[in-house]
Amino acid sequence: MKYDLVVVGGGPAGLAAALKAYETGAGNILILERDQELGGILNQCIHNGFGLHYFKEELTGPEYAHKFIEMLKDTRVEVKLDTMVLDITQERVIHAINSKDGYMTIQAGAIVLAMGCRERTRGAIAIPGDRPAGVFTAGTAQRYINMEGYMVGKRVVILGSGDIGLIMARRMTLEGAKVLACVELMPYSNGLNRNIVQCLEDYGIPLYLSHTITKIEGKTRVEKVVVSKVDENRRPIPGTEITFDCDTVLLSVGLIPENEVSKTAQVALDRRTSGPIVFENMQTSVPGIFACGNVVHVHDLVDFVTQESQKAGENAALYVKGQYSDSEENCIALQNGEHVTYTVPQKIRPENVAKFTEVFFRVNAVMHDAEIKVCSGGEELLSFKREHMAPGEMEKIVVPKKALDAAKGREITVLVKA
Amino acid sequence: MKELTCIVCPKGCRLKVDEENDYAVTGNSCEKGAAYGYNELTNPMRMVTSTVKIQGGNHRRLPVKTSGDIPRKYVMDCVKLLDDVTVQAPVKTGDVILADIFGLGVNIIAAKDM
Repeated sequence: MKYDLVVVGGGPAGLAAALKAYETGAGNILILERDQELGGILNQCIHNGFGLHYFKEELTGPEYAHKFIEMLKDTRVEVKLDTMVLDITQERVIHAINSKDGYMTIQAGAIVLAMGCRERTRGAIAIPGDRPAGVFTAGTAQRYINMEGYMVGKRVVILGSGDIGLIMARRMTLEGAKVLACVELMPYSNGLNRNIVQCLEDYGIPLYLSHTITKIEGKTRVEKVVVSKVDENRRPIPGTEITFDCDTVLLSVGLIPENEVSKTAQVALDRRTSGPIVFENMQTSVPGIFACGNVVHVHDLVDFVTQESQKAGENAALYVKGQYSDSEENCIALQNGEHVTYTVPQKIRPENVAKFTEVFFRVNAVMHDAEIKVCSGGEELLSFKREHMAPGEMEKIVVPKKALDAAKGREITVLVKA
Repeated sequence: MKELTCIVCPKGCRLKVDEENDYAVTGNSCEKGAAYGYNELTNPMRMVTSTVKIQGGNHRRLPVKTSGDIPRKYVMDCVKLLDDVTVQAPVKTGDVILADIFGLGVNIIAAKDM
């Protein structure tokens, strides 16, 4: 099999990339999706709040996906569902498998990686105690309740106050469970204010900041959890234990880009994001292989996934058409300065930038009246003021081509002064 | 005096609303915040999203939502109303599942094709 472009993953990133590549004139495009339907994680995110930026209306997850799936129907983009990609070579040969076609090799002119991310589990954060049933990642519980029709518990403690944890606090309550507490290790929540208000405060669910679960007890099913306050070094303080009688623990403790397949193609990964290192046009370190969405870095809003993926799709199409230079001659490396935990892209080739390029990043602390600075060779190139910054909110700055041309030593540092 | 967090923007101002003084809002940094504080205490509205049972679909639950915001006090009654609802596939996004709930002029509609 031969395609101009193969998109790995049919969630919001893959859908937007495929559509944009089609519009840009890539000939035959194939989406490979491992689930039985398109839409990815949006299918289980039945709450509203999607699309406010991109569609200027408030949609649920399935509705947001629906809009793109409908647009796809008017194109010649092909889709293979229930299909698992096993391996990708640097020559862009994709090895995939499904029960209808069996084992396939597909030669792609270009590839867009759009596999999304997965949840951190109990093992990743090493909660002490027993190993009973009743400990779920928040997203797994979300799928059980919203798609499969299984209720996962009656008395619930949620660890982590990221948006999925908050959304699930409300969802469990609406389905008749008692959510006893939402417990957050950090002194601030990583979730949106809107979710703190509408998912916790609306239902009188207490949020314990600077607390963590220090023990899970239970023989076959969770029976109780012990929650302790933590000090400024995030160590539990003895004597502060609170015991909750509960049957369920939901974990909302972070997401990790899913890059097993990227590794087979020897795509270089960034240790800060756990995603591919990308250039300004979303190309990875392997020419012709692009990446977008949560596989690159975990986003807060699907609207931004869509925009990033359109960029990847457009540039993948240009690569296929040969209208694209991947010379790295004047490549600028972006460095993290003070308070900045990562940037995407990590590399910028000024030749590929027409007027400006966008840089996304996160900070490591809650800050008020902060100033973002873009520096090179000890010289300040740009600065931007922000009234409010938080680790839970992805930041975006627009870097004009002028500033890139002024970069000395082919390096730019992004930093924040509180 | 009631305190609440403004959700109009990510800044999250701590608003103080004086119920005894015509719900006057302080602590806001913009007009939208004042309006939010006033509405939140006088008539808070919410969109409700949930699921209903579906037969013949590729999943066992169909996501649904209210076609508009409803007063917050109706939220729990609204999800209870859905407990006894079973629909048959096929269903189209936007199909009315329950019409005019509680006489509010708001429908429960399907949020997915199935």
